Amino acid sequence: MSRARADEEEYWHSSKFRAFTFDDEDDELSQLKESKQAVNSLRDIVDDDDDDLERVSWSGEPVGSISWSIKETVSSSASSLEGRDSSLQKGSSSYAAFPKQVSSYSLSSLFRGRNKLPSFQSLSDALSDTGVKNYAPELRRPKAEYKDYSNDWSPKDTVRRMQRGKVCSLERFRSLQDKLVLLDEAVAGHDGNVITAVLIFLKRTLRREILFRELEVRQVALCHLIHFLKETGEQKLLLDLLRFLDRTEEVALSQYREHLNIQDVEKRREFLKGCIGLPFSAEDTSHIQDHYTLLERQIIIEANDRHLEMSGQSEIFRKYPRKASILNMPLVTTLFYSCFYHYTEAEGTFSSPTNLKKTFKIPDKQYVLTALAARAKLRAWGDVDALFTTKNWLGYTKKKAPIGFHRVVEILQRNNAPVQVLQEYVCLVEDVETRLSLATKYKCHDVVIETYKDLKDRIQLTAYKCKVERGSAEEEKINSILNNMQIRWKN
Amino acid sequence: MAAAGRRDAPEAPDFGILKRLARDQLIYLLEQLPGKKDLFIEADLMSPLDRIANVSILKQHEVDKLYKVETRPAPSASDQFCFLVRPRIRTMRYIADIVNADKMSGRSRKYKIIFSPQKMSPATSGPSTCSPWMRTSSAWSCPSSSATTSCLPRALVVLQEGDHRWINSVARALQLLNSLYGPFGRAYGIGRCAKMSYELWRDLEEESEGDGQGRKPEIGSIFLMDRDTDYVTALCSQVVYEGLVDDTFRIKCGSVDFGPDVTSSDKSIKVLLNAQDKVFSQIRNEHFSSVFGFLSQKSRNLQAQYDRRRGMDIKQMKNFVSQELKGLKQEHRLLSLHIGACESIMKKKTKQDFQEMIKAEHSLLEGFDIRESTSFIEEHIDRQVSPIESLRLMCLLSITENGLVPKDYRSLKTQYLQSYGPEHLLTFHNLKRIGLLTEQAAGETLTAVESRVSKLVTDRAAGKITDAFNSLARKSNFRAISKKLGLIPRLDGEYDLKMPRDMAYVFSGAYVPLSCKIIEQVLERRGWQGLEEVLRLLNGHEFSVSDSTAEDGAAAEAQRVVLAVFLGGCTFSEIAALRFLGKERGCKFIFLTTAITNSARVMEAMSEARA
Repeated sequence: MSRARADEEEYWHSSKFRAFTFDDEDDELSQLKESKQAVNSLRDIVDDDDDDLERVSWSGEPVGSISWSIKETVSSSASSLEGRDSSLQKGSSSYAAFPKQVSSYSLSSLFRGRNKLPSFQSLSDALSDTGVKNYAPELRRPKAEYKDYSNDWSPKDTVRRMQRGKVCSLERFRSLQDKLVLLDEAVAGHDGNVITAVLIFLKRTLRREILFRELEVRQVALCHLIHFLKETGEQKLLLDLLRFLDRTEEVALSQYREHLNIQDVEKRREFLKGCIGLPFSAEDTSHIQDHYTLLERQIIIEANDRHLEMSGQSEIFRKYPRKASILNMPLVTTLFYSCFYHYTEAEGTFSSPTNLKKTFKIPDKQYVLTALAARAKLRAWGDVDALFTTKNWLGYTKKKAPIGFHRVVEILQRNNAPVQVLQEYVCLVEDVETRLSLATKYKCHDVVIETYKDLKDRIQLTAYKCKVERGSAEEEKINSILNNMQIRWKN
Repeated sequence: MAAAGRRDAPEAPDFGILKRLARDQLIYLLEQLPGKKDLFIEADLMSPLDRIANVSILKQHEVDKLYKVETRPAPSASDQFCFLVRPRIRTMRYIADIVNADKMSGRSRKYKIIFSPQKMSPATSGPSTCSPWMRTSSAWSCPSSSATTSCLPRALVVLQEGDHRWINSVARALQLLNSLYGPFGRAYGIGRCAKMSYELWRDLEEESEGDGQGRKPEIGSIFLMDRDTDYVTALCSQVVYEGLVDDTFRIKCGSVDFGPDVTSSDKSIKVLLNAQDKVFSQIRNEHFSSVFGFLSQKSRNLQAQYDRRRGMDIKQMKNFVSQELKGLKQEHRLLSLHIGACESIMKKKTKQDFQEMIKAEHSLLEGFDIRESTSFIEEHIDRQVSPIESLRLMCLLSITENGLVPKDYRSLKTQYLQSYGPEHLLTFHNLKRIGLLTEQAAGETLTAVESRVSKLVTDRAAGKITDAFNSLARKSNFRAISKKLGLIPRLDGEYDLKMPRDMAYVFSGAYVPLSCKIIEQVLERRGWQGLEEVLRLLNGHEFSVSDSTAEDGAAAEAQRVVLAVFLGGCTFSEIAALRFLGKERGCKFIFLTTAITNSARVMEAMSEARA
């Protein structure tokens, strides 16, 4: 054992250092693959009778674990009545296979069911056993607990008792003064649970205005009450409290939050419309306005497109049936959808991408990314091309993108663009190293060759020859470049 | 790197006791409802429960059938129902519905509710009105095995909301540990909730009857770290193996579900990740890059072990089969699982530009090329890549830069809402309130709310209130703190990840986790002396208390055992970093936390889900 340990130590400290990257080209991964092969090759030897290690049910839970057993209960109660009896029996027989855990410490042996053998040592025996420390202080009931119901505790003592989980009546704190002292003691004691308990009592026994007024100068308690109201969903009281405190923005947000619980889109739209006038900050008001407009738009698009799809007249819907409704989706998803199904529509229609772009002031970058992803998905390479082509005043065309071209390449590649298309964008990547690595990765040979040529790197170019197919046009090209006497190679 | 004179870390105390204790407590509670009963268990308590008990134990105590809370109750014939639940309002409504339905149909049953970790006021206030026969309810808490983490997934949210409900649970856990392994010689801590938990614990301790008298302390010191002190670390992408496994597959209560892509079969397997897993225990704290080499070395060794069998005679073969084969098989199974996991992680990470993201993250931490990182985040948002990742990066930008420039804030927020849904307006407000994602204000003036509140209240209370505001949404001062504590290692050339020189290895050598650095510094100085400037930047709430009698009583070994308590969650990267520190300094860290967390969990807690 210690030898093995020494081996490992040696391993950890001796192995050669190399910078690590999360890159799948890396050697590290091939190393991983090797070890996987090695381990898999051993499988034949090993896989004969693994079962004694751990029994695992079909769902993957170890047999006998509680989570496993619950699943059994669920499936058995779902089956018919007759089936249940037999499956239960089956279940109980499998428990028998497990060794009973009996240790000298375990109280489990003491509390066995009554119908078990009576030969068990008594509780006192177990506790006086010299080997056993008293590990369970909470199991002893201190005498004090019986006095719980004589209730003459001071506020401080009341709080202390509650902190220790003892029952305590709060009813005897009648005057406002007493109640507030109690609350202050609770806050001073730091136990949020007790603070909340006192607050529940105060909430029940105090007039609202008084409660609110007193909480305003007790921030910690106030936080607890707000949290409690949110948790229990007492929305009305919460709003009253926030209004009382003059926290108008929180009132607005809290009301706006309610829209999440409205399932019906029409009702949700109406509700959002009502939210626009709430006292949000100027910035947020425009977000709420946008939310409303977006949902309104989605309702119109959804109704139209559902109709189109049902009628089966539109080719695009026939070819690519919609997977989900567009309702309640984020704006960018909506934009993607409209670039996918409604790309060519005139700006006047609600569902056209340009209209969306204008209405919601979508930044160029975001628009291009989304449109690119949508058109690439449809393999509409012409549209992709048009997206980046600009004409200058002399009429020359030029490719321009608000995002890096490496990003464009990546998106195209993910949509399985052909090499000819990829190539066009790979050579637009400005950074030479990135360009080379992308071109190599996606086998855009021409770009690689041209780049090496520009770099006057004969060695790399020669080395690249083995990556292209024998007798291909690329190989010929490399040869002709290498034979070109006019190039002044740097190496 | 065998540094001369490096002391070996002491052994950890025996935490098996905690497990037994939790089991015994559970059994005690179950037996308070004698006779046959059906047990209803809340979903997120099942894993912790598996850790301490199994079906046969439950059966021994006359649990008849097991149900999951929230599935429609089966028409059960049992006369007794026992519920094992989290103190949540939703769950209490579920139970109340069952009870009321029984009442309507004139069915008489006994009910018992067991809360874990403890009874909470909101949970008990709701339904108490509707059930005249509800039996007593009791608290039961579950520490989970060796790593000593309990699983309170909501705890982080709650602490951030400025709600102190879980402080009692932490204080009680400390009380329990103190009674078993204490008394602790020294206690340090930083952060508002840390201080409160400490105070409440001392308060509870005062009354206890001095159980700890005359026992040998097994834990030298404790450190309470409030997540609020360091969000940056929790927001970073993890690159140590256990952290990556958590980020990729989500470790729940010490176990993980490996799906078909990992197991290379059609089943998924639930795997317990702990020190018993001989492969995992050796790679869990390593940087991911070291893991591959280790696994391949291991598999070569394994192959060699199997190959030995070729030249064996019958007797040797018999020995081999009876003594070694089982261990080898076990190792084989584990190796193929972890290799599968590595492959799956690599596949996922290469797909999502992990390399580029890490680069952006590191520039944020170091504070250069901020513009470039900002546009990286922008593009991330525009491409609709994971909403949680985008949010995380924005928060990281905000904390490291003391808030976003207003122009950037607006534009990123707008694009985020456009990409992921307008309802995230609420998410942004949550983040702003906590201080995770803010807009740079002009000058150092108080925010409008702060000044208004200050005006409203009397001078006496004013101090307290601004205090409360400060701790919820204060300036992070990350850059200044980072400079003071040297969180960004300056070095020439590459950082050798296979021979880590400091805790920065858990983030590829780019950043020493702030939380761990604070712990290191305080333990070294045995207090906060000399860290005054850092404390001012961190907004204080620190403490350092020593109990000289306990300190003298502790053996030298025990003095080097440190209990690190993370309130509001701890990441696997932090655990790895502190374990590394422990190895360097010859001390042993034990972890207690309200939950294991990572960037995704923090962000999800803040995010307003779509209905």
